[in-house]
Amino acid sequence: MDFTKLFELVVSSALINNFVFTMFLGLCIFFGVSKKMETAVGMSITFTAVMVVSAALSWVVFEFIMRPLDLTFLKIIVFIGIVAAFVQSADTIMKKVSPALYYKLGVYLALITTNCIIIAVPLKNAGEHYNFFESMAFGLGSGLGFGLALIIMASIREKLEVADVPAPFRGLPISFILAGLIALAFTGFSGLITL
Amino acid sequence: MSLQPKSNWELIKNGMFGENTIFRMAISLCPSIAVTNGMKNGMALGIAVVFVQTMVNATISLMRNFIHPKIRIPIFMLVIAGYVTIIDLLMATYARPIYKEIGLYIQIIVAFASIFARAEVFASKNKVWSSICDGFGMGVGFLLAMLVISFFRELLGKGELFGYSIIAGNPLLIMILPAGGFLAVGLLMGFFNWVDMKYFGGKGASGV
Repeated sequence: MDFTKLFELVVSSALINNFVFTMFLGLCIFFGVSKKMETAVGMSITFTAVMVVSAALSWVVFEFIMRPLDLTFLKIIVFIGIVAAFVQSADTIMKKVSPALYYKLGVYLALITTNCIIIAVPLKNAGEHYNFFESMAFGLGSGLGFGLALIIMASIREKLEVADVPAPFRGLPISFILAGLIALAFTGFSGLITL
Repeated sequence: MSLQPKSNWELIKNGMFGENTIFRMAISLCPSIAVTNGMKNGMALGIAVVFVQTMVNATISLMRNFIHPKIRIPIFMLVIAGYVTIIDLLMATYARPIYKEIGLYIQIIVAFASIFARAEVFASKNKVWSSICDGFGMGVGFLLAMLVISFFRELLGKGELFGYSIIAGNPLLIMILPAGGFLAVGLLMGFFNWVDMKYFGGKGASGV
């Protein structure tokens, strides 16, 4: 196992190919929960955890069931099914085992199924032929990158509450422009690592 | 949804303007930025969405009396995923060059909030024909939004439209960069809010 490669994969998926700022996925959630720091942090933790596990699960199903049976054309249906089933069961288990944690993070779990990143990561893993550990590293990096984006955005939007924004731009439009400026900053990371 | 039944044309119009997915409801935003750096890509994804949205609405509406409410979410997901697979395979075969650029985003249609929302809010409660109209209107509304955004981005960022050069000289490179997508959507959204406030007395988009 090549640890440098894995580390590079984590860094590149978190910073250089950040899902939010360079691939534009997960925007609905990104704009939805970045209003407050607290929700942003909760979402990032839950999301990263779900991301890693679902990347691993889909890799196993893809390599050991779908590829031998020549069912790879069904990958969209199968991956969304895996993610939905995993999120649903995580929800149920958490409620039973740790109600305190569920009370804090349960809300975000339900939201995760509508996040495009969660389906994009298994699809990309399958497309790039990553091995098991690479898939997990990619999932971890993507989760961290999404968390980073959420936290940056939340900290700016909290300040924005008191700013004097022109009426038509209040709410979403100004957030988009903000995200554009952050994305511009993130282009600075390109070329940090060449894979 | 309002209680009195709407005519089919009203349903289509509502989807196109009144509840425009991107500018008014602000959902399914990911592709609005990802594939709008050229009008060709924007249009391809828009057409894919029109197809999926219409077919999903029609199917869900046909099955609405057989689906148990408790398991409706997985069933909706499967129906959507089925149609997305169809359009994905079709585009991979017949529109290879475009598919290479936007293939991932075609597959991502499966996680679109707007398609799921219409199936849940409208198609599972209404007759087939009005569901088809509603889905078509929503899809076309999405297509229009994609065309508007990509029009500005391609024109300003490359000086081209559909790949034909229109303006000579140095284009604004930032508009086709990722950052430009956010800026374009933000500015357009602000502009539509402004028009709505000034001429129609609205309160602007139901911003998050």
